[in-house]
Amino acid sequence: MIFIENLHINLPGFSLRDISLHVKENEFFILMGPTGSGKTVLLEGISGLVPIRQGKILIGGREVTAMPPEKRGVSLVYQDHALFPHLTVKDNIRYGLRYHPIDKKEGRRRLRLLVEKLDIKHILKRLPLNLSGGEKQRVALARALIVSPQVILLDEPLSALDPVFREEIRNTLKNLQSSSDTTFMMVTHDFAEALALADRAAVINNGTIEQSGSIDDIFLRPRSVFTADFVGMKNIFEGQFRDNRFLVQDVEIMIDRKLDTSKGHIAIRPEDILIGPKVMRSNTRNTFEGRVKNIIDQGFTYEVHVGVRGVVFKSLITKKGLYKMGIQEGDNIPIAFKSASIHSF
Amino acid sequence: MKKREPFFWFTISCGVVILAFILVPLVEMMTSPSFSALEESIKDKEVLRSIWLSLYTAGSAALISFLLGTPLAYILARIDFRGKRLVESIIDLPIVIPHPVVGIAILSVAGKNHWIGRFLFDIGVRIMGSVTGIIVVLTFVGLPFYINAVKDGFEGISPRLENVSRSLGASMTSTFFRITFPLAWRSMLIGIIMCSARAISEFGAVVIVAYHPMIAPVMIYERFEAYGLKYSQPVAVWLVFVCLSLFLALRILTLHRKTET
Repeated sequence: MIFIENLHINLPGFSLRDISLHVKENEFFILMGPTGSGKTVLLEGISGLVPIRQGKILIGGREVTAMPPEKRGVSLVYQDHALFPHLTVKDNIRYGLRYHPIDKKEGRRRLRLLVEKLDIKHILKRLPLNLSGGEKQRVALARALIVSPQVILLDEPLSALDPVFREEIRNTLKNLQSSSDTTFMMVTHDFAEALALADRAAVINNGTIEQSGSIDDIFLRPRSVFTADFVGMKNIFEGQFRDNRFLVQDVEIMIDRKLDTSKGHIAIRPEDILIGPKVMRSNTRNTFEGRVKNIIDQGFTYEVHVGVRGVVFKSLITKKGLYKMGIQEGDNIPIAFKSASIHSF
Repeated sequence: MKKREPFFWFTISCGVVILAFILVPLVEMMTSPSFSALEESIKDKEVLRSIWLSLYTAGSAALISFLLGTPLAYILARIDFRGKRLVESIIDLPIVIPHPVVGIAILSVAGKNHWIGRFLFDIGVRIMGSVTGIIVVLTFVGLPFYINAVKDGFEGISPRLENVSRSLGASMTSTFFRITFPLAWRSMLIGIIMCSARAISEFGAVVIVAYHPMIAPVMIYERFEAYGLKYSQPVAVWLVFVCLSLFLALRILTLHRKTET
């Protein structure tokens, strides 16, 4: 549905370089990356709102690179909703109808359908000013969807919302996507959001694509240090591969397979690293003795940093687990992880 | 009660001095002419004509600023381009140039020694000593006030609203008239008021380009020169009354905007 080839965008103080992406029809594609990585600029580039320096954009088989925004069949939904403040909710939603070959009856039918689906009947006559964040977002979605765009681009639609609304809108988005023909492309800096919604995704950093593919692939098999870190693999080590072992400083870690490259990285998720007295008895191949350097409270969980001969492993355990084992900073404890949970690249 | 620092009383004193400085002469002038003198002067055809001419020319200047200045203000608010600062400085020039110099500058292109002057003469447009000339001068001095007010207004409207409108299928023109204009009209109105308030008070430049027909400030000056303070005051009162009405309208409109957003 969307083909982006070798796209370059230069703006004052920011540039996107060599972006190539392929988004399939009616899929939920998520573009993720930290703040300032160029996600919004890429969406605006696809919408035709910023000048493109080089490269091609095709939407639905049509080259749109030089087309004005209104001809592209792409609806844009911003994080701050960008509702027209001088129009009522109803007029906001109906705004785009007159620019599309939709007759009045069909327009009314679509309005009714969206209003019902998004549960915004009670606010139709109000001005956007006093709506809640969740209501605004639903109105913005209805306004974008009423023209049945080929593609809807969502710029961090959830991050400005309260946690309660966030989950609600997230479900709404998934429902809307599965019940329409529209291709959804969403930007987020929150990987958990991507996991919950995406079919496929791309990680963008500093103006270039780090990795793109299925969400599982990105989650399980990141191909760069940045992606590994972004998907929450907190244990990323640079070192030497030797047969089926990996050497980080003095620590020798057993891995599943042999890698050709002698130098490289491994990454392990913090929840895959087990700590405490019981782990010695398990049959994992990698067990080490270490000293607890730091315990970081993360709300529901703790991140425990264990130093093993100068290498720090980060393990995630529940509050209950920590209390049970009575771990304290400075304690000597064993850590263990399976070779299967080591990702190498 | 809490003891205030001396600095607090210093700021208050400064405020009182400034308010007195502005209000005392104005109030004195407004109250010194007798009611009959005021009545007499408003019945004077010449006075009426001059005030009407002032309003008419200032209004025309504002209208021209609106028509020509709005697109420019929009571009300045929306697009960054090389030389934008220069363009903005050029637009502000009429504010800093001494008023008689403005008059002389306009005359120097409107005269027969300049091709523009000759061209205007050929198509029958006279600048020197004409209403057209007055309007040209007032537009010159009022335009910056309009453009700056409206530029601020446009800048206050998120470009994302326009982006969304475009992505929903609206052309640039349609977006301007359905989104930008309805959201900016109040700043345009304020620009028009600022521009005409500035234009209506212009004297120095007008007196060089067109002593006749007489606008109100020129008439006040003439009466002062010929007959003295007493005879110029009633006309001045009427002019101030008109200016104050404009100012009041501006305040009401801006106040209204603040309560709305």
